[in-house]
Amino acid sequence: MGILGWTWLIVGLSFALYIGIAIWAKAKSTGDFYVAEKSIHPVLNGMATGADWMSAASFISMAGLISFLGRSGSMYLMGWTGGYVLLAVLLAPYLRKYGKFTVPQFVGERYYSNSARIIALLCAIFVSFTYVAGQMRGVGIVFSRFLETSINMGVVAGMALVFFYAVLGGMKGITYTQVAQYCVLIVAYMIPAIFISIMLTGNPIPQLGYGSAVSTGGSGILGVPAGTHLLDVLDGVQKDLGFPAYTKGAKNWLDVFMITFALMVGTAGLPHIIIRFFTVPKIRDARSSAGWALLFIAILYTTAPAIAVFAKTNFIQTINNKPYSQAPQWFKDWEKTKLVAFNDKNGDGIMQYAPGEAKAATSKNEVFVDRDIMVLANPQIARLPNWVVALVAAGGLAAALSTAAGLLLVISAAISHDLMKGVLTPKMTEKQELMWARVAAGFAVLIAGYFGINPPGFVAQVVAFAFGLAASSFFPIIITGIFWRRATKEGAMAGMVTGIVFTAAYIIYFKFMNPAMNTAEHWWWGISPEGIGTIGMLLNFAVLVGVSLVTKEPPKEVQDMVRSLRYPKEAEHPAVVPMAKVGGH
Amino acid sequence: MKAEQQLAYWKQNLTYIVVILSIWFAVSYLAGIVFADQLDAAGKFGGFPIGFWFANQGSEVVFVVLIFVYVWLMNRLDKKFGVFET
Repeated sequence: MGILGWTWLIVGLSFALYIGIAIWAKAKSTGDFYVAEKSIHPVLNGMATGADWMSAASFISMAGLISFLGRSGSMYLMGWTGGYVLLAVLLAPYLRKYGKFTVPQFVGERYYSNSARIIALLCAIFVSFTYVAGQMRGVGIVFSRFLETSINMGVVAGMALVFFYAVLGGMKGITYTQVAQYCVLIVAYMIPAIFISIMLTGNPIPQLGYGSAVSTGGSGILGVPAGTHLLDVLDGVQKDLGFPAYTKGAKNWLDVFMITFALMVGTAGLPHIIIRFFTVPKIRDARSSAGWALLFIAILYTTAPAIAVFAKTNFIQTINNKPYSQAPQWFKDWEKTKLVAFNDKNGDGIMQYAPGEAKAATSKNEVFVDRDIMVLANPQIARLPNWVVALVAAGGLAAALSTAAGLLLVISAAISHDLMKGVLTPKMTEKQELMWARVAAGFAVLIAGYFGINPPGFVAQVVAFAFGLAASSFFPIIITGIFWRRATKEGAMAGMVTGIVFTAAYIIYFKFMNPAMNTAEHWWWGISPEGIGTIGMLLNFAVLVGVSLVTKEPPKEVQDMVRSLRYPKEAEHPAVVPMAKVGGH
Repeated sequence: MKAEQQLAYWKQNLTYIVVILSIWFAVSYLAGIVFADQLDAAGKFGGFPIGFWFANQGSEVVFVVLIFVYVWLMNRLDKKFGVFET
């Protein structure tokens, strides 16, 4: 069977599986719809969180991105994993103890203010929509590349599927489909990596293989002597071609520091990740679930740098200085998708790879390569059977769909639970609220699909936005909400607004209003728009503390609630220790 | 759990958090970013320059271990103070 046939078969089977799970896990109550009745086993929740977290960008683009950034690319690897440590020790157990349904609801009750709840729900909707647009686009792109449909048709197919299981199953349906999607995506990611690692180094563990020496078989493929370390080979060829050595950092360390930090605290502030920890039965499950989630994520995240090194070395060694007429088959196949291209500037029929734009006449580079090719062409580079190529397509779809569903649930809950039930019509019955939740989820799918078909600007820029905003809005007010009883509603609202306005203004200025100025010499302290969320977060903290200290302290019930978040079980005796002694921080 | 015990429980938790987050900061921001070049120059670990390894994989491995250590510490603390959920 050909690649196309296998792809239809495997993608079709995976979709049938997701639909089957959705029917089996239909939500019956609002508790089911928002938090799966808090009945999810921590290991399963860890898997679901992994799929929720790893998006089309993690699956398709990250390894390629790293392969072009070298060690500086680690900011994505560390930035998109380190937030789980923050979640495990600073957020998840306490929010699970709080025990209700949504992040805006926590903000509203902790800061005893419906206005704070409304600001929080607007932030949640805005962050989630910016993020979900990219996911629907990702579904469309996978469809168009692997199934030879149009991008729009792919978006519509993805919408129909997500509509079905998110509207029907709510959090319960989403959780169990995410568990299945995690299994699909991790198998799809690991199989090509393991085979390439064996081919090039003889080591079956890709995480270790890329630090190993080239094997005899690998020496035949790469044309370098067996026994040389792969990383030394790559460092050497990069330097020969005029690139910086792969294992050295190419970017300014302060900017790498700031971006990593913004991604970590952004992770810990993303509502669709936080609510996953509302679904486990116990407080200690919230802690262990964060550990399982990170373990499942790290399997992919420690493999990505290996794929980056394998693919980059193989790419340069099999393409550079080779006659175009003898280009490998995968190069010819992917030329059709325009992800790779050869522009014979000097007319010698030989492909010369060098720094600079392949399309511009000013550089010597003749080979255009899209970073996504590093993952997408992997199975063919490793000469794996056609069904493995099909599996990669199913894996990319699983990654995009699982993230989209988690985000849509946040939007739906923000509207039905926080806006309708919480603020506008508190007298609504549970049945009506469930109805609203489903209608809101349905509308959210339609809007996400619209953005998938008409993407707003560059998807990657939009995702940087989501992290910066989550870092500068939610993270500080949730942390102080848990750890500092003295934080007041005035402080929280002022902090949230300052953080978001500052971060959004900086990003909008450099990314959308004046992209020509978007270079290191114009940035404040050399911090790029991707990293500015860290400064926004610090501003939010500073304003929050300052304003809280000069405003009236929170009511006693609120302070008691904050104290109760700290203990897994209620106190036998009401606390008699004076407040100052129990620790104001 | 009495009030004084609550205080002791919370203080112990805060101590754990400070220690865990210090290690979290050291492996990623110090070893992987600020001092990565010095560590690279110091030698290799299983074929990887040390700073590069911390940035690429080491910090993630340590993150996973840190969370499970915290889980273990907190479960032990919960049992000690009689607030372990069953």
